[in-house]
Amino acid sequence: MKTEDWVSMLATGVEAIDPTRTARCHLLAIGGGLAGALALTGGFLRLNPALSHVVLEPMFWIREAYCASLALLGFTAVTRWARPGIRLGFVPAGIGIVVMVMWIFAATVLLRAPAQNRSHLVFGTTAAVCPFLIALVAAPLFIAFVWVLRGLAPTRLRLAGAAAGFAAGSLGALVYSLHCPELAAPFLGTWYLLGMLIPTSLGAWLGPRLLRW
Amino acid sequence: MHLPEEVEDLVQELLLAIHNQRHTYDPAQPLTAWVQAIARYKLIDLLRRRSRTNGLHDPLDHDHDHLAAADGDAAEARYDLAKLLQQLPHRQRLPIQYVKIEGSSVADAAKRTGMSESAVKVGIHRGLKALAGRIRSIE
Repeated sequence: MKTEDWVSMLATGVEAIDPTRTARCHLLAIGGGLAGALALTGGFLRLNPALSHVVLEPMFWIREAYCASLALLGFTAVTRWARPGIRLGFVPAGIGIVVMVMWIFAATVLLRAPAQNRSHLVFGTTAAVCPFLIALVAAPLFIAFVWVLRGLAPTRLRLAGAAAGFAAGSLGALVYSLHCPELAAPFLGTWYLLGMLIPTSLGAWLGPRLLRW
Repeated sequence: MHLPEEVEDLVQELLLAIHNQRHTYDPAQPLTAWVQAIARYKLIDLLRRRSRTNGLHDPLDHDHDHLAAADGDAAEARYDLAKLLQQLPHRQRLPIQYVKIEGSSVADAAKRTGMSESAVKVGIHRGLKALAGRIRSIE
């Protein structure tokens, strides 16, 4: 078929695009995914019974800020990689800085602690399940982000999938922290990060398959 | 990538992709960067598909007379399009035919098909997406 005919066919009767649609899809994905993650945490895992005391500790808010800032950066990466031709800008550096700050903090905590306490600071009591539970809580968010990316046009599929996984993982960690009793920085720098990286690698692996258009 | 038809196919696929994905364009962004990223994606897609099937092709001699015949007069184009459209369900084919090919308004098309106006728009949108998928699977 001639390209000229093709162009006139595509250009005939074109409807205007609603410019808010993309933003609404992103909000819907976050809302739906968060609802799923909260339901899993509240219904299946149960909230931390000590939550009302724990919120008074500064470490609780450091943990929330750690997860929230990574979630914000991850979500920014998703919205940017959802559109063709937009660069990531500050996002990778931002993620690096947040993780480095947490690691430096963890290292100082470990160095100051008496040697016999160090292993407990790293492993806490839930290290064996924590990354997997974070990945579980992140699952509805991951599905929501992949859904929104499928409606848009990512051009670097592996990276877009990884971004969806990281955003889901870090936001999932934020929700999971309502259940989790661990507050030590070495724990957060290891097992929380590992929990976020499970959906990230899953996204990088599935991205080219799920996001093609 | 030296066959002119293949380049033209790529251009058409690209135009369709730009049309179908126009909601992903952010007006604050340079248009060229957006178009180029889509073009790059579709080109890589084509090359990847080719690399998978290329081993199965026998090269033809391009100087042959029967290959030099001009292709693509209007009738042939209509025939190709009709063949593609035949594969779509009514709710997608008729809106595309009325609005996109015959050039009637969405309201008219809605009246002629008995569908609602928004159903016509959705039909066009989904139909074009489906066409994009068909074109890709033909190759």
